[in-house]
Amino acid sequence: MIDGWLDFLPRLLGALSLVAVAIAISVWQRLHLEGNMLIAVVRAFLQLMILGFALQWIFGLDAWLAIPFAVAVMFTAAGLTAGSRAKGIPHGGWLATAAIVVAGVLTLGVLIVLQVFPFTPRYIIPIAGMIIGNSMVVTGLVMSSLRDALMQQRLEVETALALGATPKQAAAGQLRRALATGMTPIIDNTKTVGLVALPGAMTGMLIAGAEPLAAVQLQIIVMYMLVGASAVAGLTAAYLCFRQFFSGSQQLQIPQEADKAHQ
Amino acid sequence: MAVRGLSVALGDTDVLTGATLSARRGAITSLIGPSGSGKSTLLRCLNRLVEPPAGTVMLDGVDITTIDVSLLRRRVGLMFQQAVMFPGTVADNIAVGPSYVGAEVSPERITELLRLVGLPEDLRTRSARDLSGGQAQRVALARILANEPEVLLLDEPTSALDPRATRHVEDAVLHLNRQLGISVVWVSHSVDQVARTAHDVGLLAAGRVVEFGPAEHLLSGEHAHLSGEFAAGRFDEGAPVSHHRPEETG
Ligand SMILES: Nc1ncnc2c1ncn2[C@@H]1O[C@H](COP(=O)(O)OP(=O)(O)OP(=O)(O)O)[C@@H](O)[C@H]1O
Ligand SMILES: [Mg+2]
Repeated sequence: MIDGWLDFLPRLLGALSLVAVAIAISVWQRLHLEGNMLIAVVRAFLQLMILGFALQWIFGLDAWLAIPFAVAVMFTAAGLTAGSRAKGIPHGGWLATAAIVVAGVLTLGVLIVLQVFPFTPRYIIPIAGMIIGNSMVVTGLVMSSLRDALMQQRLEVETALALGATPKQAAAGQLRRALATGMTPIIDNTKTVGLVALPGAMTGMLIAGAEPLAAVQLQIIVMYMLVGASAVAGLTAAYLCFRQFFSGSQQLQIPQEADKAHQ
Repeated sequence: MAVRGLSVALGDTDVLTGATLSARRGAITSLIGPSGSGKSTLLRCLNRLVEPPAGTVMLDGVDITTIDVSLLRRRVGLMFQQAVMFPGTVADNIAVGPSYVGAEVSPERITELLRLVGLPEDLRTRSARDLSGGQAQRVALARILANEPEVLLLDEPTSALDPRATRHVEDAVLHLNRQLGISVVWVSHSVDQVARTAHDVGLLAAGRVVEFGPAEHLLSGEHAHLSGEFAAGRFDEGAPVSHHRPEETG
């Protein structure tokens, strides 16, 4: 154990020298990013350390009860993060959390029921992390782009409403585009996987000494499940969020907080 | 349509402060007033794009809040200052209203609607987003007509058009009013236009209808000051306006 840490220190310092380069560039170019970089560096260190110890402990216990607990923590953190991206949407944080939970529970449920992964913390917790993290990004993207589209295209939406469209009909184009915006990154990633960069899960396995074929198998499963999770998260987020922009009697209502967030 | 005591606040502005108005069936009722006096908001209350917290709007004696919103908006069409064309052809755009209730618009009907608004038939296959401003406004009118409305609400539809295109739109509306008996409530920025088109005129100031009456009455004789003051842009807040209660014509 001590050996491991002694070994870690020089490697950590080596990597930190690269952060120093980034800070030097920021100061030199007056980007004013150095403060944020330092915060990010410290936060990453602390968060990952805590995570490492927590996982070490949980995997040691090997109790399946740790799974729902860990997943709940992840849902909360992801909901808060996506909610902060969905500024200006009333109850944005709750809606984002709901979308992420729906996507997470559904995707994990399928994987567990079909026994794609064994139901042990060592498998399910990292897998849940990928699904929830990915759903979080998609949810944030969908909600913010739907908000922007409805605000920029008020006139188009109201023209449709004035012709007798229901809110869903009037905002169909905006809903479709927001969903496409949210889903495009994951679809592009899936298309180019292995051509441009080695994805995270696979890289980790390779570095940890796994056979490339085993790593590839896992990565294929991961990509497919992320496509499914994104679609569910995006669709849920879009429909929950879209309701916030219409009143019960089919009026487009731009919430005041959205007006501010948009500016 | 009868409007009684409409009050609306948007943000922290009192936009309508007890507006009362009565638009006769089959007539063209023009609304004029300074910028910000609440004309657009009043129109938007008539098809429930805005829901007034106070006051009532009646259509043929029926409170519009008791009518299904989508149905109301098909019966009471609203034309905005700027015509927004949806992607697709002119024909696609004209058919969009009926498509919301799963109905189709036949090619013959599209031709007929284009003719009603004075546009050539061969425009139907053109991309709607490539139209000129005046053409787009008339396609927007045809698009509303496809819903077979009883009432047309026009919110300064000609304010961005040149005189020629303006006349085309005016002619189309007058034709619809005379031939099909469609009632019109027309917000206009031009006293000349009101003189050319309106049967009744309402003057809005600070969220209220401060004068209302037959056009020939309000635009001439003892009320001629109206058009003069309006044209001079002197209806800003605080400007003196005569506070005749609008007539109640039922
Ligand atoms: N969504 C909104 N939020 C806050 N204030 C609004 C909103 N819409 C309109 N207003 C305000 O309400 C007032 C009346 O607006 P309205 O558009 O009805 O006036 P108008 O008579 O049509 O003016 P114009 O001749 O310039 O078109 C204006 O002061 C406007 O700034
Ligand atoms: Mg207006």
